[in-house]
Amino acid sequence: METPLAILIGLFFSAAIYLMLSKFTVRILLGVVLLGNGVNLLLFTAGGLTRSVPAIIPAGADTLSHTAANPLPQALILTAIVISFSFFAFLLVLTYRAFQDLGSDNSDEMRLAEPRDEPSPPMGY
Amino acid sequence: MASPATSPVDLAAALVLTPPPLGDWLVILPVVLMIGAGAILLMVRKSVRLHGGIAIAALLLLVLVNGSLLLRVIENGPVTMVMGRWLPPFGIAFTADLFGATMALTASLVALAAGIFALRDIDGSGRRYGFYPFLMLLMAGVSGAFLTGDIFNLYVWFEVLLISSFGLLILGSRPEQIDGALKYAVLNLIATTLFLISVGYLYSLFGTLNMADIALKAGDLSGTAPLVTLTALFTFAFAMKAAAFPLNFWLPASYHTPRIVVSALFGALLTKVGIYALIRVTVMLLPVEREVLSPAIATLAILTLITGALGALAQSDIRKLAGYLVIAGIGNILAGVAIGSPAAISGAIFYALHSMVAMTALYLVVGEAARRASLLSGDENQANRWSLHTLGGLYRSSPGFTAVSLLVFLAVAGLPPLSGLWPKIMLLKAAMDINAWWLAAAILVSSFLVTLTLGRIVLLAYWRQGLEPEAGLERQTAVRGDWRLSLPLGALVLLLAGFGLFPERLLSLTQSAAEGLAGPSAYIRSVFPDALPSGGIR
Repeated sequence: METPLAILIGLFFSAAIYLMLSKFTVRILLGVVLLGNGVNLLLFTAGGLTRSVPAIIPAGADTLSHTAANPLPQALILTAIVISFSFFAFLLVLTYRAFQDLGSDNSDEMRLAEPRDEPSPPMGY
Repeated sequence: MASPATSPVDLAAALVLTPPPLGDWLVILPVVLMIGAGAILLMVRKSVRLHGGIAIAALLLLVLVNGSLLLRVIENGPVTMVMGRWLPPFGIAFTADLFGATMALTASLVALAAGIFALRDIDGSGRRYGFYPFLMLLMAGVSGAFLTGDIFNLYVWFEVLLISSFGLLILGSRPEQIDGALKYAVLNLIATTLFLISVGYLYSLFGTLNMADIALKAGDLSGTAPLVTLTALFTFAFAMKAAAFPLNFWLPASYHTPRIVVSALFGALLTKVGIYALIRVTVMLLPVEREVLSPAIATLAILTLITGALGALAQSDIRKLAGYLVIAGIGNILAGVAIGSPAAISGAIFYALHSMVAMTALYLVVGEAARRASLLSGDENQANRWSLHTLGGLYRSSPGFTAVSLLVFLAVAGLPPLSGLWPKIMLLKAAMDINAWWLAAAILVSSFLVTLTLGRIVLLAYWRQGLEPEAGLERQTAVRGDWRLSLPLGALVLLLAGFGLFPERLLSLTQSAAEGLAGPSAYIRSVFPDALPSGGIR
């Protein structure tokens, strides 16, 4: 079961990187979302995959009698989802605001902080 | 209804039963204090006048707490506390060792200085926007990152400080701030996501997130698991956070846009948290793999040293120039990580501590120089305000401030008698010890270029006559000293000069910190009191 998921994660990552290489802020954002979801899948796969077996030790036994998925990565994913969702919300607002203030969604044209023709420092007095 | 199990449950198998000594609460106190102060400031967000007082009091308390934590660590060795009394590695552990505690103390000193300076620099609207609450939460993130003993928890603190840094960066919402913040936000988010990816792989290899546990298991796994790849991923993520050369472009794009006090905080803290995590993971947790990657890290270090210094040399905007100097400083620390011997790591830690203080002082000086020059010339143009083309006449109007600036510049360039000298000597000696003359040469060339850059600022902005000397004389009364500048700047310069003239205490401290990282048996024993065979693991 891990192999197809590993391939899927690879697809997520490559699509995310392709989108983030774009000049346009909306595509970059979509790339960030895909990357976040790829990471969540990765954490999920890292915990081991089994089909609906609860990790519960039966009465009288000391250890699990069967292999079960590790529940900790799922807790990690939950944290990661909350964090990446809130960051995405912030980035969405920031991008919209940048579009309003800078009049463009093309990152090549956002040159307010780093103007293209900055003078060199003075060469003498 | 099923009744609970009647047989007595052995709590000692999963829980810490002895209550932690009262002094151990110091480990968690910095974070609690900062989150609490941030919450209080949010509750009184409309009474802007209270903000300054509450925040300064909280930061003072933070300095005291971090100071006593450091004293306790020096006295008793690493201090550990586990959340919810779960036995490690099940509970999230906070562990302070010498490295973390010194970094946390320095960070809180810097934040206190910046907080006092902000009393003047941040006006009413900036405070209503939430400068001080963001500052508190930023410090919560920074303290948490320095003190946690759990690698996923480290990721969470990274995110806490990142989201508060977004708030500080766009404070004021001028268009160029939005522009800088967008690039900063996207690239830093990618960096932390990379960190999360590495944590995921690490968990699948080690089955644990506790740093002491990882350090214990790393030796057994190093032949069989792809740990070099994992270390490379971690290095990639942390180098991006620390603004090492090919990954540094978010820093010069954004650090010159916010208020100068925010730049000062960022220059001091954010990149250093990245460096801290890099040292923690590569030196303490995965030392064998760091050895393998050492040539790559050395290349990164050289490129960062040279491009940082060249970038600074090419700037006429003094805020951008300061940003490139932050990058050049990161190169020095990376050189120490690349060498990796305890002497080199000790130099790197010393440099990181020095750099936190020096970069804050540098940004404060830069901001004040621009403010004074624009008051003198009466020029209100924002673009001219920071440019070396128009700055001038500062020595004539404010000789005292010029002397302080000169001291700060000497410290940043690593010249005696200030504290930048010693870590550079340590790094040079460590590089020569392993015959890495090229690394030593890069450090020296970079220092030379930085000295040149700073010399040019002194020449143009301080010694050169102002553009309108007559008009300047009349306006000189407008430029007056202010305790909200002179107190923090004076304290920072005193720190720099003090540790430049009397470095012995700090030297021995960083040396023991580096030894604690190279042989973390004390760190591990503080988390697992009886897990370790005597004599250490390596």
